[in-house]
Amino acid sequence: MDEGLKSELRKQGVFLTSFEELYNWGRKNSIWPLGFGLACCAIEMIATSMARWDLARFGAEVFRPSPRQADLMIVAGTVTKKMAPQVVRLYNQMPEPKYVIAMGACAISGGPFKQGYNVLKGIDRYIPVDVHIPGCPPRPEALLHAFMTLQRKIDEQPLSGAARPRHLVAGAPSEFPVPEFGEHDLEPASNPAVWQPPAPARA
Amino acid sequence: MESLEQIRTRIAAAIPTVRLEIVSNGSPSGQHSLLVANEQAVEVAKFLRDAAELKFDYVSNVTGIDWLDTVTKKIVKVKQKVEGIEREVDQTLEEKKPGYLEAVYHLYSMELKHGPLVLRLRTADRGEKNHLPSLTAVWRGAEFQEREIFDLYGVVFDGHPDLRRILMWDGFKDFPMRKDYVEPDDYEYEPTPHDEVLEKTKQHHASEENKT
Repeated sequence: MDEGLKSELRKQGVFLTSFEELYNWGRKNSIWPLGFGLACCAIEMIATSMARWDLARFGAEVFRPSPRQADLMIVAGTVTKKMAPQVVRLYNQMPEPKYVIAMGACAISGGPFKQGYNVLKGIDRYIPVDVHIPGCPPRPEALLHAFMTLQRKIDEQPLSGAARPRHLVAGAPSEFPVPEFGEHDLEPASNPAVWQPPAPARA
Repeated sequence: MESLEQIRTRIAAAIPTVRLEIVSNGSPSGQHSLLVANEQAVEVAKFLRDAAELKFDYVSNVTGIDWLDTVTKKIVKVKQKVEGIEREVDQTLEEKKPGYLEAVYHLYSMELKHGPLVLRLRTADRGEKNHLPSLTAVWRGAEFQEREIFDLYGVVFDGHPDLRRILMWDGFKDFPMRKDYVEPDDYEYEPTPHDEVLEKTKQHHASEENKT
């Protein structure tokens, strides 16, 4: 349907919608996050869910203690190499459709601990991340912005066609390999199916 | 608190066979420390904890230090016959000192409100003889910190009740805080590499070129 006609009809009090729009509208306004935090970013996440910033306005106040009931994983904080397999396993246990917000410098890249021996250089090495938030730690406003970005992303997902999201593609993986503890590092050090960093040109 | 000399005399009076050495600290803080022989460490620790004038009942901190093997070069003038004429010739002598690992205990007294007393233990070397006596039996609070030193430096504390890795996983083989620790090559592009990161970048590219 033509968007202009639709909005014109709405002004006249005739509400027309598509199943896709309704479906995504419902989904984007009830994103239940998984209640877990890894470091100081989690404190900001908790602040976001409390009265002052009030994440409930976005329908996401229900922090679930079980991954089986969660739609969204907020990776809030430093992911150490010892913690990484558990984070991936929690992600695997979430039902589709599922989304990931990597919150803070550590979760997106390792942050100030990037050059260390014990911190994973970004959770996007093992699981697909939908929204990255920089900051150390990000303000609650930044997390709200990430939420709105995610909502927009969900709203724009088509239910059919080649561009449909992963959970509507039969046979697409919903679980990702959990890294093993190796003798010197996690094995594998990244999942190449998820993590393809651009190779910068070198003189 | 009494000076380190006084404490040393006190320990020597109580344990006549004790071998102690004061390691002086030249920095402005002047926090000198007491180096204790390994086989007497538990005895000395018990004395420090129980002696009425000392009562060091609280170990606030235990850290590890890795001292690498050092080579000091000395230039010595030696008389030598060169082409029949006796001359003074410079000769460099290399003195090799084996490295060792250290555990440093910072002791305070909650009862007498004094401290810190710095206690040092040294291993024989950085290889096989990396054993130290555990002082967990004397101060319970040392348990986790000794485990941490075991984890990161590879010092084996004999007599520790539960010596396992604490921060890294059990299958991990390296000791990351040792100075000769080699990190796994998990290089990632940095827009403005500098110092150590630049060094890492170069190493990574060199190893990549060797592969192809």
